[in-house]
Amino acid sequence: MAEVLVYVDHVDGAVRKPTLELLTLARRIGEPVAVALGAGADATAAVLAEHGAVKVLTADAPEFTEYLVVPKVDALQAAYEAVSPAAVLVPSSAEGKEIAARLAVRIGSGIITDAVDLEAGDEGPVATQSAFAASFTTKSRVSKGTPVITVKPNSAPVEAAPAAGAVEALAVTFGALATGTKVTGRTPRESTGRPELTEAAIVVSGGRGVNGAENFGIIEELADSLGAAVGASRAAVDAGWYPHTNQVGQTGKSVSPQLYIASGISGAIQHRAGMQTSKTIVAINKDSEAPIFDLVDYGVVGDLFAVVPQLTEEIKARKG
Amino acid sequence: MSLRIVVCVKYVPDATGDRQFTEDLTVNRDDVDGLLSELDEYAVEQALQISENSDDDVEITVLTVGPEDAKDALRKALSMGADKAIHVEDDDLHGTDVMGTSLVLAKAIEKAGYDLVITGMASTDGTMGVLPAILAERLGVPQATLLSEVKVEDGTVTGRRDGDTASEQLAASLPALVSVTDQSGEARYPSFKGIMAAKKKPVESWDLEDLEIEADEVGLEGSWTAVDSAAQRPARTAGTIVKDEGEGGKQLAEFLAGQKFI
Ligand SMILES: Cc1cc2nc3c(=O)[nH]c(=O)nc-3n(C[C@H](O)[C@H](O)[C@H](O)COP(=O)(O)OP(=O)(O)OC[C@H]3O[C@@H](n4cnc5c(N)ncnc54)[C@H](O)[C@@H]3O)c2cc1C
Ligand SMILES: Cc1cc2nc3c(=O)[nH]c(=O)nc-3n(C[C@H](O)[C@H](O)[C@H](O)COP(=O)(O)OP(=O)(O)OC[C@H]3O[C@@H](n4cnc5c(N)ncnc54)[C@H](O)[C@@H]3O)c2cc1C
Repeated sequence: MAEVLVYVDHVDGAVRKPTLELLTLARRIGEPVAVALGAGADATAAVLAEHGAVKVLTADAPEFTEYLVVPKVDALQAAYEAVSPAAVLVPSSAEGKEIAARLAVRIGSGIITDAVDLEAGDEGPVATQSAFAASFTTKSRVSKGTPVITVKPNSAPVEAAPAAGAVEALAVTFGALATGTKVTGRTPRESTGRPELTEAAIVVSGGRGVNGAENFGIIEELADSLGAAVGASRAAVDAGWYPHTNQVGQTGKSVSPQLYIASGISGAIQHRAGMQTSKTIVAINKDSEAPIFDLVDYGVVGDLFAVVPQLTEEIKARKG
Repeated sequence: MSLRIVVCVKYVPDATGDRQFTEDLTVNRDDVDGLLSELDEYAVEQALQISENSDDDVEITVLTVGPEDAKDALRKALSMGADKAIHVEDDDLHGTDVMGTSLVLAKAIEKAGYDLVITGMASTDGTMGVLPAILAERLGVPQATLLSEVKVEDGTVTGRRDGDTASEQLAASLPALVSVTDQSGEARYPSFKGIMAAKKKPVESWDLEDLEIEADEVGLEGSWTAVDSAAQRPARTAGTIVKDEGEGGKQLAEFLAGQKFI
């Protein structure tokens, strides 16, 4: 069976969920060969093997952390040349997309970004994309070269499928461009202990209606009662009430959880672009005319300062 | 010293309009107004700020690949303060994907001459967010992408990239390519004076022949990708909407429990 390269997104050996989802999709079109780079790459092998990786190619070098993106492209290209895969799958993070894109130019292939589903087709893998703020669903293929496809989080279930997962060292030679952009400083983001926004099964978001950084506590409390991630609209972020890393929408994160709860958010097109594919949508807004209500499965017209705390109390009571 | 900046700007259908696909599954540009992609205004703004903070002679050229009407996007950028514009226009460009677009942009940028290329973080229609990286690869220059802060000094561009897991400080020597986010600073509105001045600024038109690109390297035929179908998402079925009369939170909890979220 044809091999499919899967680029592994991990933090010091801890594989992030979107990579495990990619392995599910990769198995639909071939045998997954994972590529893990940087510190802790070897440590990813066990979990990748449990989820279907027949092989894990690993490499570590200071270049991966000292310079931006290109060293990782050099490595992925080395893996591509070693394997001659039928497709290359990469998680749709900002960095993942850039790595995939540069690889695609180098190998003379087309690229599809932000796929939300993937199926084997007669002429190669067929990707489903969501266009124009998710108002359209398209099906596309790469028609030249080896398909390079980036896939959004929450696009497939994580499934156990034990495979060999044999670790092999990948030989990488860095090209002249690899050291072009130096990373001169790095401040890691502090963990809140809440689930990762793009991966969370439930997202609770607040907007301009929350009316102040100090009031975001009630959004966080609701999120914590549900084990959810916290999101924010751009209006709330621009006002400085919540960090930009939590922004949901076109220029923030795009989320596709089982449940999305929007409080004090009107539902502008740019916000919808980032959350419209959520399975169940709930909104709390005091304006019955707010466009967000066109999307909801359940909406409460009311003051969020009354509704949200009552909801949190009720959830806590029910959970005992 | 002089600094030549090329800003890539895209002409896109207004995101607040009813965007559709045409029969050949390309973007329908007739039924919705087109405009300068809002995210590219941030790129123009950063070019203007680099110019204002520089002792060098800075020349800002805005470049677009797009249909006839795309001139409107160039005019907007010129009225914000860019010096001149290049419009790459050719019937054979219809339906070009990101590989083709980046090829055309790369050839045009090389022909124009540059020290720094600035782009937006993503278009508001295709929203791929990969063209900047592809362009850097094609041009063979460093990429300093997704910056929320940019500075150019002594032949070096520096900036801050706020990523998923960390905020990074980047540095690259010119020539280089930069993409900027909407966190980089409000884009200015064109002044009346700017709008008047823009009318006199040069707009050059180039076609594929000027760039020595064959028709079969671009367009729908030359595409590296193929769209097989586009279907409008069925409107969501009308949900339940209740008015809070004191029990709104509890009613919502009941709904969530029914859906097994609690
Ligand atoms: C290029 C571009 C990119 C953008 N990207 C994004 C993006 O990524 N994400 C994003 O969110 N936006 C984005 N925007 C901005 C977007 O257009 C909207 O301005 C923004 O989403 C509005 O945020 P909001 O809904 O919180 O605020 P508003 O639109 O002001 O809505 C606030 C809502 O809160 C309600 N409300 C007020 N008080 C209460 C209360 N006490 N109880 C209940 N309800 C209350 C009001 O009725 C109102 O509906 C972008 C815009 C542009 C031009
Ligand atoms: C819904 C939709 C889905 C698409 N999916 C794919 C796909 O999967 N694969 C594919 O190959 N193509 C795809 N395309 C086509 C692709 O969007 C265009 O080829 C486009 O010009 C490049 O992609 P982008 O605008 O999304 O670029 P992005 O990478 O999002 O754009 C970033 C920046 O590049 C610059 N830029 C982009 N285009 C131009 C231009 N024409 N002139 C000047 N500057 C520009 C701007 O500065 C912009 O801010 C899609 C188009 C649409 C409308």
